Amino acid sequence: MLALEVQRLSVRFGEFQALEEVSLEVPEGAFVAIVGPNGAGKSTLLKALLGLVPFRGEVRVHGQPLEKADPLWFGYVPQIKTFDRTFPALALELVATGLRRRWPFRLSPRERAQALEALERVGASALAHRPLGRLSGGQLQRVYLARALVRRPRLLLLDEPATGVDRVGEVDLYRYLEAYQAEAGATVLMITHDWEAAHHASHVLVLNRKVVGFGPPEKALSEECLRQAFGHLGHAHDLYVGGGHA
Amino acid sequence: MLEALAYPFFQRALLAGFLVSLLSGLLSPFVVQRRLSFLGDGLAHAAFAGVALGLFLRGEPLYFALPFTFLVALAITFVRERTELSEDTAIGVFFALSVALGAVFLAKARGYTGDAMGYLFGSLLAVGPQDLGAIALLLLFALLLLPLWGPLAYATFDRELALADRLPVVRHDYLLSGFLAVSLVLAVKVVGVLLVAAFLVIPGATARLLARTFAGLTLWALFLASLSTGLGLWLSFLLDWPSGASIVLLQALLFGLAFTKTLFPGGN
Repeated sequence: MLALEVQRLSVRFGEFQALEEVSLEVPEGAFVAIVGPNGAGKSTLLKALLGLVPFRGEVRVHGQPLEKADPLWFGYVPQIKTFDRTFPALALELVATGLRRRWPFRLSPRERAQALEALERVGASALAHRPLGRLSGGQLQRVYLARALVRRPRLLLLDEPATGVDRVGEVDLYRYLEAYQAEAGATVLMITHDWEAAHHASHVLVLNRKVVGFGPPEKALSEECLRQAFGHLGHAHDLYVGGGHA
Repeated sequence: MLEALAYPFFQRALLAGFLVSLLSGLLSPFVVQRRLSFLGDGLAHAAFAGVALGLFLRGEPLYFALPFTFLVALAITFVRERTELSEDTAIGVFFALSVALGAVFLAKARGYTGDAMGYLFGSLLAVGPQDLGAIALLLLFALLLLPLWGPLAYATFDRELALADRLPVVRHDYLLSGFLAVSLVLAVKVVGVLLVAAFLVIPGATARLLARTFAGLTLWALFLASLSTGLGLWLSFLLDWPSGASIVLLQALLFGLAFTKTLFPGGN
């Protein structure tokens, strides 16, 4: 069963072609690392899958056309937190938006328990009653991840989730993701610049406005694919092909 | 206060003020968090143009101000959504257009400019029985806003997350602008055109200094808007001040108190 079928997806912003004829089939339960240079259209791809940017082409999620797919199937962790930092909100409330798709006026005991459990799952239960505007980047990432997980999504879309997270937190993050995936059988699409994470994924999508390579890491992270994606290999060779650390 | 309550005109002003403060108290948190203070000013001036048109045509000014302000609110939102112009630029254009139109209509409505003073600063005597009925009717319509509180708050917090969750964010933007327009026009008789925008800003700004959550902010704004309206109208009766000025001065005083609280440790 396919979790995601993308056929000839193209995104254009005015004169700028952000994505061109992207096609891929992602099996259910896959962990896909999306890699590519800056400006390759990685975030745009995730936004297209969420319906945040207009596109040409066809997207099916678990067999359903994108517009008919239940929004609660998607768990999204954005790269750049665009939220209003002056907005008076507690971490627990943000997590609860994952359940309701609206801001909670008051949490029911059940919602509160679910939100707390999600925060606990990502090691952030101590943040539950902290104002969001006062959390660090790494703490925010955990809260956003809890928000994505609380709805028990079938498809997790993560845009550089380790940004702002220290190395220990990063290892924890991947552990939470793996645990959730093993438990729920969810499919994960994760944009990353973490070469090690890319090597541990079941699939790697190398993107540079077009699909340069897609498949198991050993195939997609070949020298040829990387040269096509990055123009020249440089350090990318050692980092990707060698499977080392950034 | 009890003496004032014996007068029907004061009863009407108080009831109208209370009803309007409920609506503006509900909207004020969105105005503050979405940084729409200037939109309030722009719509207030659109209301001024509508009132002037009503005076010029010798009709009931509010019946002209309501559709005029509503249309300007939608036009500002339309320009903002369809162009790359910033919100304040779009408002600035319609702000100037409204003042210019208002000036022309008022100049042509000679002999009625005395009425304009009541609309500019608010008057206790301005609320007639018919106005009260109209305000109550429109407030019933405004009850539609209540189910939108959660989606609007969500998009206020993070528009992208709300869009990713497939909320009709753009449609809600139009609705919010429409409700702001209706709220402003309803408040004009009590507060006056010049100060009506404060009605949508100060309760929310004060509440923001006191609340830790958006639900708390909304409840505080409702309470502060109602309190300042009731006390302000009473002050207006006692001291023979313009009602709008009395209410806004009280709102400013409450803001000052809340701000002072934040200066002390643990105040915010």
